[in-house]
Amino acid sequence: MAQTYQDLLAAARAEIREVQVDELAQRLAAAQAPVLIDVREQSEWDEGHVPGAVHVPRGYLESRIAGVAAPDDQVVLVCAGGMRSLLAARNLREMGYEHVESLAGGFTRWKQSGQDYVVPQTLTPQQRSRYSRHTLIPEVGEAGQLKLLGARVLLIGAGGLGSPAAYYLAAAGVGTIGLADDDVVDASNLQRQIIHTTDRVGMLKAESAKIAIEALNPDVKVNVHATRINRDNVLDIIAGYDVIVDGADNFPTRYLLADASLMARKPLVHASILRFEGHASVFIPYDGPCYRCLFPEPPPPDLAPSCGEAGVLGVLCGVMGNIQANEAIKVILGIGETLSGRLLVYDALGMEFNELKVRRDPNCPGCGPDAQLEFRDYDAWCAGIGRHTEAVHA
Amino acid sequence: MSTVRVPPVLRAAVGGAREVSVPGSTVSEVLEALYSAHPEVRAQLVSDDGELHRFVNIYVNDEDVRLQDWLDTPVSDADTLLILPAMAGGATAQ
Repeated sequence: MAQTYQDLLAAARAEIREVQVDELAQRLAAAQAPVLIDVREQSEWDEGHVPGAVHVPRGYLESRIAGVAAPDDQVVLVCAGGMRSLLAARNLREMGYEHVESLAGGFTRWKQSGQDYVVPQTLTPQQRSRYSRHTLIPEVGEAGQLKLLGARVLLIGAGGLGSPAAYYLAAAGVGTIGLADDDVVDASNLQRQIIHTTDRVGMLKAESAKIAIEALNPDVKVNVHATRINRDNVLDIIAGYDVIVDGADNFPTRYLLADASLMARKPLVHASILRFEGHASVFIPYDGPCYRCLFPEPPPPDLAPSCGEAGVLGVLCGVMGNIQANEAIKVILGIGETLSGRLLVYDALGMEFNELKVRRDPNCPGCGPDAQLEFRDYDAWCAGIGRHTEAVHA
Repeated sequence: MSTVRVPPVLRAAVGGAREVSVPGSTVSEVLEALYSAHPEVRAQLVSDDGELHRFVNIYVNDEDVRLQDWLDTPVSDADTLLILPAMAGGATAQ
């Protein structure tokens, strides 16, 4: 026998408990709050929703519920007026969600009752399309994409590591990207520095990278710092950023950044490369180890050949630079396990990834309790001038 | 025999090998055996006063020996000893 809409609602009411606004407000404030799922359409959600609610449009409820709530969770569904959520609740019951309820009167009554609600910052329709493969990932979602758009990442070097890192961070929608590099594009860079092009040889690397980023993603604001980072400018430059990606090509800059990131308490995403070998880690100041817990002192120049002297496989830069982009995104979103506390060592010839444990050194000259953190003459220090040369004793 | 993994900057000193097998039951013994077989390695890892340079990290498997018993850290045949100097490489050729 055919059933009308009213018949369906009546049947749902017989089966599904309806929660009143006041009761829901109390339960949300309690320790054991139910999972609150808003089943309305995107445009309705964008105009405001109950704080703490998760948005799963009605049409996706069955396919996405497993990522949001378990069958034995307390679940409350909310829509605009309390009808769609009531019907949707029956479907969840069929799927084994025993403790599912519906908010009587929906979000409209919630708002009219004077309860708090939030109007979310939202993606534009163009952004929703551009970042759809991100927002589909539960760990990112629209909230994560908005975080990326609000994030500010500084790349030290727009070269082998900085090219892929900047390109992917720009594609990912990191809203502000700073490029610190005082070098110009050379033909010998193009084997690996993929953000530059043949017709931009001779241009400042930071300007060249800016052109590529703006062509890729107009959402990104690019700041050009066409200067060599030094102890006089580093704190001013990094102050405007949330995360620093170290793609420097020399030890003085790496140790300067290590000290500056501790002083400014900014996460430092590290990678270095030579020939077929890459290292990567993440240094979160005073939470995990720092660069100097790992390498207290730089090697002398004769044991530290540059890529200009020893060479580097172009593709290796892509692998390591993208690992940096990946880690920067995780730091921004606060998801997953970063490389903090681990050094990833990649051997491209053997195709092996190995991990070494990096622990906070209680006597660390950078982040230890007795460390006297101040800038030094990094060029002289890394050249071995005036460096104390005593060996390590356990 | 334990396995010693050789970083790129030291491979010339061991005839280009990425790994070499050497005997020894402590880090110190393994390194001495390595130096005997490849004297150039000693020159790059050890200072004039005979101590291992501060900029060289040594790991037994994945643990830094600085946080264990330093050169007395035991090494078995199943262990891998890794020599790891810092690398600077990144942006550009100087």
